[in-house]
Amino acid sequence: MIHTRLKLNYSGFSLDVDLQLPGRGVTALYGHSGSGKTTCLRCIAGLEQAEQGFIQVNDEVWQDSDKGIFVPPHKRALGYVFQEASLFPHLSVRANLEFGLKRIPRQQRRVDMAHATELLGIGHLLGREPQNLSGGERQRIGIARALLTSPKLLLMDEPLAALDTQRKNEILPYLQRLHDELDIPVLYVSHSQDEVARLADHLVLLSNGKALASGAIGETLARLDLPLALGDDAGVVIEGHVSAYDANYQLLTLQLPNTELSIRVAHSPMAEGQALRCKVQARDVSLSLQGVEHSSILNRLPVTVISEIGADNAAHVLIRLNAAGTPLLARITRYSRDQLGVHPGQQLWAQIKAVAVLA
Amino acid sequence: MTLSSADYSAIWLTLKLASLTTVILLVIGTPIALWLSRTQSWLRGPIGAIVALPLVLPPTVIGFYLLLALGPNGWIGQLTQSLGLGTLTFSFAGLVIGSVLYSMPFVVQPLQNAFSAIGTRPLEVAATLRANPWDTFFSVIVPLARPGFITAAILGFAHTVGEFGVVLMIGGNIPDKTRVVSVQIYDHVEAMEYAQAHWLAGAMLVFSFVVLLALYSSRKTKAVWS
Repeated sequence: MIHTRLKLNYSGFSLDVDLQLPGRGVTALYGHSGSGKTTCLRCIAGLEQAEQGFIQVNDEVWQDSDKGIFVPPHKRALGYVFQEASLFPHLSVRANLEFGLKRIPRQQRRVDMAHATELLGIGHLLGREPQNLSGGERQRIGIARALLTSPKLLLMDEPLAALDTQRKNEILPYLQRLHDELDIPVLYVSHSQDEVARLADHLVLLSNGKALASGAIGETLARLDLPLALGDDAGVVIEGHVSAYDANYQLLTLQLPNTELSIRVAHSPMAEGQALRCKVQARDVSLSLQGVEHSSILNRLPVTVISEIGADNAAHVLIRLNAAGTPLLARITRYSRDQLGVHPGQQLWAQIKAVAVLA
Repeated sequence: MTLSSADYSAIWLTLKLASLTTVILLVIGTPIALWLSRTQSWLRGPIGAIVALPLVLPPTVIGFYLLLALGPNGWIGQLTQSLGLGTLTFSFAGLVIGSVLYSMPFVVQPLQNAFSAIGTRPLEVAATLRANPWDTFFSVIVPLARPGFITAAILGFAHTVGEFGVVLMIGGNIPDKTRVVSVQIYDHVEAMEYAQAHWLAGAMLVFSFVVLLALYSSRKTKAVWS
């Protein structure tokens, strides 16, 4: 469990948050620039000191301004990945990696060099100089360097923001491996919904120095009362389990949590029971009164209408749906809403045009 | 015609003074430069100005005030006398104090520029990798600021070698104690020994040129912080 209570005032900016975050998995701090997400992360690291703050990570208190406790950053068991990899230019890649490692007492080391280099695929770069690496390679070294301090909390400040799409896609699988293979809680600052949807288990939405929401990713993304829902890329994240694979059509059947409902997605073979994370965009969900049998659209789910709000343009509305416990969002025209007579409590069929597999 | 033993002793004294001054300046100039490059305090301006004063003041002015302060009635003089050290005017120790003040900006400013260029990010990175502030200083700041340290040492040394006014004011002209090369040249000229003045002055010219040549040639590529 991570408890963070921070209050601070700069000229023109104030941060006031009180967050209880899960002590495992990836928690995303999501918001636009100026929302306070990076400041939040820097306070947790101790790189900045909130005037009033209480920071507790599992059983260790890092700051308690009421008791005058402020643990300096070098005494906090954390790893920090900056937006720019910030490798030391006077050290080789290997020496960069060893910088943190050799300052950790041997008996406290839980991540070793072989493991970290294998996890991030950087074994072949050890003898190189940081100047001769690509941006993506540098950032992987930066991540490995942080991991090698065997942190109890890994803080990542938009680690992909400085990279182009190709480099991002090169690193994302490594971040997913960290998530799957290491038992280190991660706080991940981002302003990219895609990154958040792919990586995070828990989502904190920050705006103007305040936390608008904090909760499990699936529920939080589907909430209509948050500005998240308004954007064109609004959607929900579904984490299901593989229940079957049709090798002939290369279709995976994904069982939604706690129900018999399932969706089918095009994918390479996966073993039954494996978890898979998907994103369903609101604009890819349409609604009908009857289940349409003869259609190219593969996925039809019976849903119940929960509520609606106006979208970011006047012609559309967003409908929040419940598919046997799994939240869904549909973006339809106002005209269609009136034709179908959409109202809360109504039973409808949701047709899902596309499912993006995230992991 | 070559150098006399008095000339050699003046050269030896000059090298001794410049080396000692450079070492002392690196030790006390580093924390001053570090502070000036990091602080947000209002004292930054005043302290920076005081350190830079020798750049613009005539050496005789610095020498004059030092003479008063180090003399028997000055506050430093009183202190050294009460400690049983006597007064430091017209002594080698007095020259060292004068040189340290006089050459201070030539050491502090290159260091300050080097520290500013490093920025705060590498220090933050080091802290998140468990390095305490001293550790960070030796394992990150010093290696990254190495060109600044080299420049500071060369300029501090060379500038002390070239010192004249302050020496004359507080050190006088005592053979083997305070008579450095620049004073020895002055003596030769006063005594119309132009040939000997030529040898020493020429040596100083060559020395200074070689030092500056080394300095400017070494400024090639800077390490890129990435």
